[in-house]
Amino acid sequence: MQTNQLFAIFCGTLLVLGLIAFFLGRSKASRVRAAGTSMHAQPDQYGWFTVLSTAGPAITVGAVGAFVMLLLGGDIPTFYLLAGSLTVACVGLMAGIYLVKPNFHARKAIEAVVRFLLAGAAMVSIFTTFGILISIIGEAIRFFQMQSFWDFITGTTWNPGASFLEAAGRGDESSSAAQFGSVPLFAGTFMITLIAMLVAIPVGLLSAIYMAEFAPEKVRTVAKPVLEVLAGIPTVVYGFFAAITVAPIIVAVAAFFGIDASFSNAMAPGIVMGIMIIPFISSLSDDVISSVPGSMREGAMALGMTRSEMIRDVVVPAAMPGIISASLLAVSRALGETMIVVMAAGMRPNLTANPFEDMTTVTVRIVSALTGDLEFGSAETLSAFALGLVLFAVTLSLNFVSVIMIRRFREKYRINNL
Amino acid sequence: MNQSFDEISAQLKSRHRKSARLKWMSMGALGLAGLFLVLFFADMLVKGLPAFQQAQVQVEVDYSEQASQIPLAALSEEMRPLVSRGYLRLIPQRMEANPDLQGTTRTEWVLADSSVDQYLKGHHTNLGADEQSTVDRLESRGRAELKFNTTFFTKGDSKMAEFAGIASAAFGTVMTLLVTLAVAFPIGVMTAVYLEEFAPDNRFTRLIEININNLAAIPSILFGLLGLAIFIGFFGVPRSSPVVGGLTLALMTLPVIIISTRSALRSVPDAIRHAAFGVGCSRWQMVRDHVLPVAFPGIMTGSIIGLAQAMGETAPLIIVGMVAFIPDITGSFTEAATVLPAQIFTWAGEPERAFIEKTSGGILVLLAVLIFMNATAVVLRKKFERRW
Repeated sequence: MQTNQLFAIFCGTLLVLGLIAFFLGRSKASRVRAAGTSMHAQPDQYGWFTVLSTAGPAITVGAVGAFVMLLLGGDIPTFYLLAGSLTVACVGLMAGIYLVKPNFHARKAIEAVVRFLLAGAAMVSIFTTFGILISIIGEAIRFFQMQSFWDFITGTTWNPGASFLEAAGRGDESSSAAQFGSVPLFAGTFMITLIAMLVAIPVGLLSAIYMAEFAPEKVRTVAKPVLEVLAGIPTVVYGFFAAITVAPIIVAVAAFFGIDASFSNAMAPGIVMGIMIIPFISSLSDDVISSVPGSMREGAMALGMTRSEMIRDVVVPAAMPGIISASLLAVSRALGETMIVVMAAGMRPNLTANPFEDMTTVTVRIVSALTGDLEFGSAETLSAFALGLVLFAVTLSLNFVSVIMIRRFREKYRINNL
Repeated sequence: MNQSFDEISAQLKSRHRKSARLKWMSMGALGLAGLFLVLFFADMLVKGLPAFQQAQVQVEVDYSEQASQIPLAALSEEMRPLVSRGYLRLIPQRMEANPDLQGTTRTEWVLADSSVDQYLKGHHTNLGADEQSTVDRLESRGRAELKFNTTFFTKGDSKMAEFAGIASAAFGTVMTLLVTLAVAFPIGVMTAVYLEEFAPDNRFTRLIEININNLAAIPSILFGLLGLAIFIGFFGVPRSSPVVGGLTLALMTLPVIIISTRSALRSVPDAIRHAAFGVGCSRWQMVRDHVLPVAFPGIMTGSIIGLAQAMGETAPLIIVGMVAFIPDITGSFTEAATVLPAQIFTWAGEPERAFIEKTSGGILVLLAVLIFMNATAVVLRKKFERRW
C-alpha cells in the first residue's frame, strides 16, 4: 500500500512538473519571439520539448532502478528511487528551459525522441518472441536435467503420477518411477489433427473452388463472411459443443455399427476442430485460386477443356503452393489447439490407432500439468514446458515452410496482394 | 492421342457430366459448412435459451424467532426441498438487516431449487415422486412458474446452479480486456507506424516483420506459458489477476493489431504524405496530423477484431490461473478474477444437468457480445472506408 501511495504521489508530481515545463518553455519561446528573433520552431514545440526533457530522463531513471531491483536483486528503497527520479525531472526541466534558444531545433529533437519511442514499441514483438523462447527453453532445460531427453522423445509410457509422490516427499513408496515418454501424446495429437484435416481440407478446398470458380457474386459476398464466423467462434464453445453434442452422437453412430466408442473419443474433437479450421483453408485457398491469372483459364478453355477439367488440370495445380501453404497453417493451428481437446478428448495417454478410443494430446497434458496443485519445480509441471518447446518448434517450422510456399507462388505469378 | 472426332464427341457428354458433378460437389461442401454453422447455433440456442428463465415458487415465509437460528423453520415442511438453499441461507441475514420482518409471515416469490427448475423445464430431474406432485399442484395454482432469470446476470459463480450467474465473469472480462487494450493498442499502433512510416528497409526491419508474422501463428497456449514463467514467475504479477491475464492477451493480440494497422496505413495514398511534406511538415507531424486521422477507422476495425479474438481466448488464461471460483464481483486489477470463457469452461466441468444449461446460456451471451463487436467492426469499416 505504501508503495502504491508513493507511486501515485510520484506520478502526480511528475504530471505537475510536466505542465509547468510546458508553460515555462512555451512562454520563454514566445517572449524570445516577441522580442523579434526568429526561431527554428514554434513556441508549442519548445513547450513539448521541455516536457520531454523533464519526464523522459525521470521515467528512465525510475525504470532502470526498478529493473536493477528485479534483475540484479539490488535493494534500493522505493522512496529514494522515486525522489531521485523527481530530482532528475527538476534538472531536466532546468536544462530544457535553458535549451529554449532561437538556434535550437526543438522540432528535430522531438522527432528524434518520437522515432526512438516508436522503434522501442517495435522491439516489444521481438521481446515477446524471446520471452516465449526463454521461458520455455529455461524450464525445459530444468526438466531435461531431471529426465533423459531420449526417454522423453522415444518413451511410450507417459506416467507422471509417481513424480507427484516424489514431490510430496513419498518417492520411495511408489514402486515405479515416473515415466515421461511423450510418444503417446504425440500420437494422440497427430490422430486428432489428422481427423481434423480429413474434415477441413476437402470441405475447405471445395468451398474455395466453388466460391472462386462457380459462385455468382451475390453468393460469394454472403458466403465468405458466413464462413469466417466459423473461425470467430471461441474455441471453448467448440469444446463444449464437441463434448456435449458431438461425442454422444459419435458414440451412438459407432454403437449402430457395432463399435465400442468411448465418450471422450478422438473423433469428436477431431471433427469439431476440422469444422473450426474450414475457414482458414477456404479463405486463403480462395484468395490463391482467384489470383491464378485469367490467361491460364482462357488458354485452357480455348483448348476445349470443360470447366472442371480446367479447374482440375490447370487452376488447382497452379494454385498448389498456396493450397499447401494454407493446409500447413491449418495443421499448425490444429496441433496447438487447446480448449477443444481439453474439453472433449481424454486425459489418459493412450497409444492406439483406433479413433474411437480416448486419447490425449500434448496441449491437454500442458494444461493439466499446470493447473494441478503441484509445486512449480516438480518434474510434471516442468514437463509442460518441454512439451511446449516441441510444440513451438513444430509450429514454427510449419509456419516457415508455409511462408516460403506462398512466396514461391507469389513470385511465380507476380502477385502482390497476397 | 489419335482419337477421331466422333470418339471425342462421344466422350463429351460424360465430360460435361463430370464438370457438373464438380460444381455440385463444391457447392455441397460450402453447404455442408453452412449446415454445420446452422446446426451449431440451433444446438446452442436450444440448450442455452432455457437458462434465461428460472423457476420461482410462491411460499409463505414465516420470519419467526426460530427461523433466524434455523432458516429451514421459516418454511412449511412440504416446501423445504423445493426452495433454493441459497435463499434459505440468506434469511437470518435479512432478518438482522430488517428487524421489522421479525414475527411476520409473508407470501413471497422465491428462487426454487435447480431440480424444480429442471423438472418444470421438462428435463431429467432428481426430485422424488412426492415433491414432483407438490410442484405439479403448485404449478396448476400458478404458484410455481418460470420467470426471467435476473440472478444469471447479477450474481457471480456459485456451486448451486440456481444461484450461479455470469456477472463476476463479465466484470473480469471487462477488466482484463481494459488491460489488454491499454497495452496492446498503443504498442501495436506505434509498431505499425514505425514499420510503415519511419523504418528504413533494412535487415532489422525485415526481422521484425517476420517475427510479427510468426507471433500471429504461434499457438495461444504458448503465450500462457510465457505469462506463467515471465509475468508471474519473474516479475511477480499476482496470479489469476486481470493484470496478468490482460498482459498475456495483449501480447497475443499485438500481431493482429499491428497487421491490421499496417494495412490501414498502407491504404492511405502517398499523395497525402507528399502534400504534408510539401507544406513543411516533419515526418512525425505528417503522421500525426494527416496519415493517422485518415487511417483511424481501419485501425479501430482491426483493434476491435483483435479484442474480440482476445475475448474468446481461454487456453492462455487457464495457464495463468484465471479459472478461479469467483462468487463475488471484484473491482480490483490485482485480485483473482475470472473471465467469461473461463467461466464457461468451469461450468462445462460441473456434473449437474442444470449447469449444462448455464454453460450454454453463458455461451449465448459470449457469442452475442462477439457478434456485436464484429458487426461493429464491419459497420465501422463500411461507413468510414474511403476509396482513393
